[in-house]
Amino acid sequence: MPVIHQTLTLVKKDLVLELRQKYAFYGILLYIISTVFVINMMMGRPEEQIWNALFWVVQLFVSVNAIAKSFIQESRGRLLYFYSLVHPRCFIAAKLLYNILLMGLMSIIALASCVIFLGNPIINIGYFIGVVMLGGLSLSLLFTMLAAIAAQANQNAALMAIMGFPIMMPLLMLLANIARSAFVPVLQPGLPNMFLLLAGMDVLIIGLAMILFPFLWKD
Amino acid sequence: MAKHWWKALAVLLLLYTIIAGFLVKIPVIENNEQSTRNLFFHVPMWISMYTLFTISVINSIRYLGKYDLKKDILASCSANVGVLFGVMGFITGSVWATYTWGGTLTSDPKQISTAVALLIYLAYLVLRMSVTDIDKRARVSAIYNIFAFALLIPLTYIIPRMVDSLHPGSATSPGFRGRDTSGTLMMVFYPAFTGWTLLGVWIYTLLVRYKRLELKNIFK
Repeated sequence: MPVIHQTLTLVKKDLVLELRQKYAFYGILLYIISTVFVINMMMGRPEEQIWNALFWVVQLFVSVNAIAKSFIQESRGRLLYFYSLVHPRCFIAAKLLYNILLMGLMSIIALASCVIFLGNPIINIGYFIGVVMLGGLSLSLLFTMLAAIAAQANQNAALMAIMGFPIMMPLLMLLANIARSAFVPVLQPGLPNMFLLLAGMDVLIIGLAMILFPFLWKD
Repeated sequence: MAKHWWKALAVLLLLYTIIAGFLVKIPVIENNEQSTRNLFFHVPMWISMYTLFTISVINSIRYLGKYDLKKDILASCSANVGVLFGVMGFITGSVWATYTWGGTLTSDPKQISTAVALLIYLAYLVLRMSVTDIDKRARVSAIYNIFAFALLIPLTYIIPRMVDSLHPGSATSPGFRGRDTSGTLMMVFYPAFTGWTLLGVWIYTLLVRYKRLELKNIFK
C-alpha cells in the first residue's frame, strides 16, 4: 500500500529530524521539570485531588508546547514540496501519528517527574498510566488539528491557545474524572460511559482532521 | 411587501409572548413559583442560537465546496448573531438560577457545558479577526466552524443528558410539561420560540446586508 508507506516515511522523517536536533525533546523536558519543581517549591506535596488537577494542567501545557512546533518547524517551501509529493491525508495522518508518539513519551516523563517531585498518591498505578496514555493521545490529536489551523493563520502560537483552550476543557474535565478512580479505592459510577465518550471524541477529531485538512492545505 | 410577512409575524408573536408571558395564569410547579415564566424567554434563546449556528455551519460547508465569499459572510454573520442569542440565553438562565438554585454560577453540567460552547464560538470570532487575508480567513474559519459545530452538539446536547442536572425535568426536579395540565405554558411557549427564532434570523439578514455594503467593492 503506497498510502501507508508514504505516511510511515513522513513519520520517520519527523523522527529523524527530531533525533538529529533533539531541540524539541530537551526543551519540553526542561519545561516539564521546571514547572513541576516550581509547584513543589510552592506547595510541597499536595493532596490527591490537587495532585490530579495539577498533573492535568501540566499535561495540557506540555502538549500545547510540544505540538505547536510540529507545523511551525516546516518552512513554506518545504510544505509546498510535500504538497507536490503526497496526498494531504497522508501528511496529516503522519503528523497525528508522530505527535501521538511524542506525547506518549512526554506523558511518561511528566508522570515520572510529578511522582518524584510531588509524591505519589496513586493507588492503582497501572490504571493511571493507561489513562495518562489515553489522555496524551486525545490531547495530541486535538492540538495537531488546531496547530494545522493556527499554522495557516500566520503561524500564530497564541492563536492556538485561544482556539484550543475552550475545546480542550471538556476533554480535560473528562480525563480528570476518569483518572480519579486511580486515587480512591471505591467504584466510580458512569465510568464506562466516560470512556465511551472519550473514544467518541477521539474518533470525531480524527474523522474531522481527515476530511477537513485537504481543504486547509489548498493554498 | 409579500416578502416581509414573516417580519410582521415575528413582531406580533413577540408582543404576544411578552404580554401573555407575564399575564397568563401559570401552574405553580413546586418552588419555581412565578419564575416558570422564564420558560418563554430562556429556552427560545437556545432554539434561536441552534438555528443560527446551523445556518452558519451549512454556509461554511457550502463555502468549502465552491469558495464563494458570499457564503463566508453568511456564515460569519449567523455565528455572530448566534453568539448574541447564546449569551442572552446564558444570562436569562443565570438570573433565573440566582433565585431558584441559590447561585448565579453553579456547577450544573448544562450551565458549564454551554459556557464552554460559547467560549468555543467566541474563539471562532477571534480567529476571524486574527487573519487579515480575506480568502485565507474564509477558508480557515470555515474549517474551525465545522469543528466547533461538531463539538457543540455533543457538548450541549448529549453530555448534559447523560448526567444529572439541576434543570427542571431532569433527575429529581419536576418537569414543566407534565405539570402543565391546562396547556397554558405550551400555549405561550410555541409562539415564543417561533417569534424569537424569527427575530434572530431577521437580525442576521440585516447584518448580512450591512456586511455586503461594507465589502461592496469585492462583490461587484
